[in-house]
Amino acid sequence: MAKPDKNGKKRLLGFEKPLLELYDKLEKLKALSGSGSLDMDEEIRLMEKRIEAARQEIFAGLDPIQIVQVARFIERPNVREYAGLIFDDFIELHGDRNFADDPALLTGLARLDGRSVAVIGHQKGHTTKENLAHNHAMANPEGYRKALRVMRLAERYGKPVISFIDTPGAYPGLGAEERGQAEAIAKNLREMAELTVPFISVITGEGGSGGALGIGMGNRVLMMEFSIYSVISPEGCASILFRDAARAGDAAVAMKITAKDLLGLKVIDEIIKEPVGGAHNDPPLAAKNIKAALLRHLAPLLSLSQRELIADRYNKYRKMGIYNEGR
Amino acid sequence: MSIHDWFKRKKLQKETEYTRERLDIPGDLWVKCYKCGQPIYAKDLAANLKVCPKCNYHFKLTSAERLAQLFTDNSFKEINAGLTSRNFLEFTDTKDYSRRIEESILKSGLNDALVTGLGKLGGLEVAAGIMDFSFMGGSMGSVVGEKFARLVEAAREKKCPVIVFSTSGGARMQESIMSLMQMAKTSAALGRLRENRLPYLSVLADPTTGGVSASFAMLGDVNLAEPGALIGFAGPRVIEQTIRQKLPPGFQRSEFLRDHGMVDIVCERRFLRETLIKLLRFFKD
Repeated sequence: MAKPDKNGKKRLLGFEKPLLELYDKLEKLKALSGSGSLDMDEEIRLMEKRIEAARQEIFAGLDPIQIVQVARFIERPNVREYAGLIFDDFIELHGDRNFADDPALLTGLARLDGRSVAVIGHQKGHTTKENLAHNHAMANPEGYRKALRVMRLAERYGKPVISFIDTPGAYPGLGAEERGQAEAIAKNLREMAELTVPFISVITGEGGSGGALGIGMGNRVLMMEFSIYSVISPEGCASILFRDAARAGDAAVAMKITAKDLLGLKVIDEIIKEPVGGAHNDPPLAAKNIKAALLRHLAPLLSLSQRELIADRYNKYRKMGIYNEGR
Repeated sequence: MSIHDWFKRKKLQKETEYTRERLDIPGDLWVKCYKCGQPIYAKDLAANLKVCPKCNYHFKLTSAERLAQLFTDNSFKEINAGLTSRNFLEFTDTKDYSRRIEESILKSGLNDALVTGLGKLGGLEVAAGIMDFSFMGGSMGSVVGEKFARLVEAAREKKCPVIVFSTSGGARMQESIMSLMQMAKTSAALGRLRENRLPYLSVLADPTTGGVSASFAMLGDVNLAEPGALIGFAGPRVIEQTIRQKLPPGFQRSEFLRDHGMVDIVCERRFLRETLIKLLRFFKD
């Protein structure tokens, strides 16, 4: 799906193919200009503008399964990068104090605009090697337990918690089952509901089911423009419910997994705008947008008492669900 | 034994599953055990709480059967029975979700996959929830989540313990994200129950997987499981595909979970009622 472009730096998404030709022309112009014989600066500028405009057009009309591709794109900024861009003085903390340190889930302490916060997030990589090292951001029980430990630590010192969600799901492995994946997630859900500090969750890429929710029960849940949040992957839904794995596109539409859909269902509180072409096209700008949203949502939460914070969170999730009351 | 017998046996096993489902239909005098294949006189099976007298296989119970076994004094009064599921996403897979709901209601005689109510066990008041696998595989959608939350609220009002029997394939995918949110809702409700220091006993029956195991089913003050029940986060097939190796025997069964520290008691059905009462009395004192 991802193709390296001519200069070998930027990889494009499958549906960005029309841009390849333009990038080609840009390269030629640059080569001409570089040879010194002609002044091509104006043409280069125009071509860059054209690429930008074409990209804008493509991204304005993405369908859900294309948004899934953006959300999963290997170039997409990961939590460690966001931690560096959004916060100051990020310090990573390791381990759940029971079994192991889970590299699929990053936890640490940082400062957000001068305020101490705890940071938690699923860790993806940009290469196969990195992704293997982080188990593709699929956390084991010790990851969820590490996250809970750090949340509790933050709570003890009255510091807000910020979580970044980007996972295909909790890891479905033998060891994960032995060590109680279900229990680890379930416990996090119950404990997150009771946290006495402000808690904001941001879905930055893939919001994969219980593995996402396991660190995602914020007072506010924000979603990046091209991220997804779903109970099962479109592929999984297609093969189980539609009995046809090829219908992932239909499943992505039917399941309502985009930020826009979920805002409509009031499952999330705000959509964070991404740079043209997605967060990976301009990570600092994406981080700036996230930071602004965090500060805006954190301000009112900071004035709530511990009791009010718990009530705020409880009421948020208590209201979720659509059904007929009957008699 | 000729090679033909091998095939015969397979055929018989298939029938077994079929008869198992038709257990309540009069005329099915004999039932074959799903596990050991032995014929059992249907009345004997019912008298034995639907446990195979020969191999101790625990057949699945409907919510009605579970209620009858548990509240022998008929003290159970259902609450919030009228809640029904809605196809709010206009979701259609191989079938329209609205039609699926209607058909499940007709087939199971239930409004959804969780029956909740108040009753007395050993003279003690309890709030009880019983899941029913026959309603869309016991899947958790908005109705299951809402009824669970209301059950916990009823218990907090009455200041009584909660007992929930789980059996579920997980989240109800037809409700997409809203089914995921029920995990948050039910777990948050249990957090409040805990604050009120009211006990929660979770009984896991075959099977309890996915979103239900990763929320309220695993959060019992005491977790009990019926013998041999499949309990886990991911389904065995998904795990096999992920790790590309065969799973060890007994993997994700009740005894495995007990041995790995996730379940307190593996309790045979015949001892279940008295064990629950004992536990209730312990917390009462």
